[in-house]
Amino acid sequence: MSLNLSDVKRIAHLARVQIDDADAEIALRQLSGILGLIEEMQSVNTDGIAPMSHSQDVTQRLRDDVVTETDQRALFQSVAPAVEGGLYLVPKVIE
Amino acid sequence: MQWEVVIGLETHVQLQTHSKIFSGASTAFGAAPNTQACVVSIALPGVLPVLNREAVRCAIKFGLAIDAEIAPRSVFARKNYFYPDLPKGYQISQYELPVVGKGRLAIQVGDQEKIINITRAHLEEDAGKSVHEDFHGMSGIDLNRAGTPLLEIVSEPDMRSAAEAVAYAKKLHELVQWIGICDGNMQEGSFRCDVNVSVRRAGSDKLGTRREIKNLNSFRFMQQAIEYETRWQIETLEDGGEIHQATVLFDPDSGETRAMRSKEEANDYRYFPDPDLLPLAISADDIAEVKAALPELPEVMKARFEREYGLSAYDAATITASRAMADYFVATAAKFSGEAKLVANWVMGSVAAKLNEEGRAIADSPVTSAQLAALLTRIHDGTISGKIAKDVFAAMWAGEGEADAIIDRQGLRQVSDAGAIEKIVDEVLAANAVMVAEYKSGKEKAFNGLVGQCMKASKGKANPAQVNEILRKKLG
Repeated sequence: MSLNLSDVKRIAHLARVQIDDADAEIALRQLSGILGLIEEMQSVNTDGIAPMSHSQDVTQRLRDDVVTETDQRALFQSVAPAVEGGLYLVPKVIE
Repeated sequence: MQWEVVIGLETHVQLQTHSKIFSGASTAFGAAPNTQACVVSIALPGVLPVLNREAVRCAIKFGLAIDAEIAPRSVFARKNYFYPDLPKGYQISQYELPVVGKGRLAIQVGDQEKIINITRAHLEEDAGKSVHEDFHGMSGIDLNRAGTPLLEIVSEPDMRSAAEAVAYAKKLHELVQWIGICDGNMQEGSFRCDVNVSVRRAGSDKLGTRREIKNLNSFRFMQQAIEYETRWQIETLEDGGEIHQATVLFDPDSGETRAMRSKEEANDYRYFPDPDLLPLAISADDIAEVKAALPELPEVMKARFEREYGLSAYDAATITASRAMADYFVATAAKFSGEAKLVANWVMGSVAAKLNEEGRAIADSPVTSAQLAALLTRIHDGTISGKIAKDVFAAMWAGEGEADAIIDRQGLRQVSDAGAIEKIVDEVLAANAVMVAEYKSGKEKAFNGLVGQCMKASKGKANPAQVNEILRKKLG
C-alpha cells in the first residue's frame, strides 16, 4: 500500500493535526517506511492463526455494577476555561 | 412506475444499569449538569475504562431473546471523531467482533407475521449532551450521559413499508422492556431509532441509495418521517433526479425531512481495537446463568397462550405484544371461569381502547384485572348481556364502583323471565303492525327490526336469545 501527500494531509485533518508542507513530506517518508515494514511482515504465512486484538493474550476483567464515584464537579471545573450553570462552555458547534 | 421502499433500522437502547459502562459514575436521569461526570466520563488523561458486568449481562439477555449467536470473544474498538460532547476524541464501541451476532425478531403487521433479521448488536458508550441555548455565543456541555451503556441493534434492510418499520421498532421496544434491559422511556432518550430508507423499482434486487433519518424518538414521528422520505425519494427519481447518501433530520412541525450539512470525511471513523480494553470473553456458563434468570419470552408465551387458553395466533400475538398486557390477561383469566377468549376480547377491545384513548399504561388501568373478571362473570352467568356490560365497564372506568354494585344500582339485570319478555314482545307486535306485515310477506330483515324494538323496549335488558325464540313462536 502506497501513501501520497494528500493522504497524509487528509489523515492530519481527520486527527486535527496542523501540518505544513515540509512536515507533511517528512511524515509521508516516515509513514511509508512503517507501511513498508508491515508489507514485509505480511509475507509471513498466518493461515490458521486467529488475529489478536491486544498484545496480551488475556481477557477483560469485569466490575460489579455499583456506583462508586461521587460528585467532584467543583474540583474538575476549577481548571476548566469557561463554565456556566454547571456546564462546560465550548465554541459553538451547532450544524 | 411501481416503487418498493427498503428500510433498515439502527436502534440505540440505553441499558438499565446503576453505573456507567466503563466507570462507577451514576447513570440516573435528570441530575444537575456534570454532577455524574467522573474522571473517566470527562476523559482526564491517564484514566482507564473497566467494563461493567451488568452491561454484558444485558447484551447476553438480548442475544438470547432474539435467538442470536453470542460471541465467545468480542472486541472493543475506538470510533474516532471530534465533537465537544465526546471529550476523548473517540467513542468506545465494537466494530469487527460485536458481542451479539445474527438473530431474528417476528413482527405482526395486520394479520401477517413477518421475520425481521437482525444483523448484530454491540455494546458502546453514549456521548454527552450539547446545550445550544444562549451562552454568549458558546455551547454548553453536560457529560452526565457520557459513558452511559448502550446496546446498538442493527437490523437487516428487511422492512418494506413504514408500517413494518414501526411494527419492528415497537416489538423491539417491548422486548427490551420485557427482558428488563431498558426502561423504554423514549422522551428521556432511552430508546432512539435511526432509520435507513431507500427506494427501488419493484422487482429490482439492487438496493437504491439510502438516506438515514436520525434520532427518531416517537413511533408517530417515525411513521410520518418514513412516509415523507419515501414520497420525496420517489418524486426526486421520477423527476429525473438522483438520491445522494445523506443524513437527514425529521422536523415534526413541518412533517418534512431535511438533509444535514454533509461532511465528506464523516464516515471515516478509523476504527481500531482499543488498547485500553482486553477482549471480552463470554463462556457457555455465563450464558447459561443469564438464561436461567430470563423471563418467559413473548414468542414462548404466545405459543403457550394458544395451547393453554385456546386463543387464535392473532389474539395470542396481540396479548403478548406487551408483558404488562399479558400479565393483566393472565390475572383476569385466573379469576374467571368462562372461556379465556372472552377475556382476550375484552382486554384487546374495551380495555385497550380506553387505555389508548387516555394514553395510560395498562398497569394504571382504573379497572383492575379482578374487577374485570367480576364483570365478565356476570356476562358468563347471564346476569347481563355483553352490550349492557360495555355500559357497566364505562361506569367502572369512571370510578362508579364494582360491577355488581353498578348492575344493582342501575337495575341492569338481564330479564330472562319468559313471562316478562312475552309481555314486551306482545306490546312490540301490537305497536309495529307494518313490520309484522313485512315479515309475513317474506322480508327477513323485518324480523331483526322487531328484535331491535323489543331490546329497546326492555332498555337492552331482555335476554336476546329468548326474545328471538319468543318472537319466532309468536310470528310463526
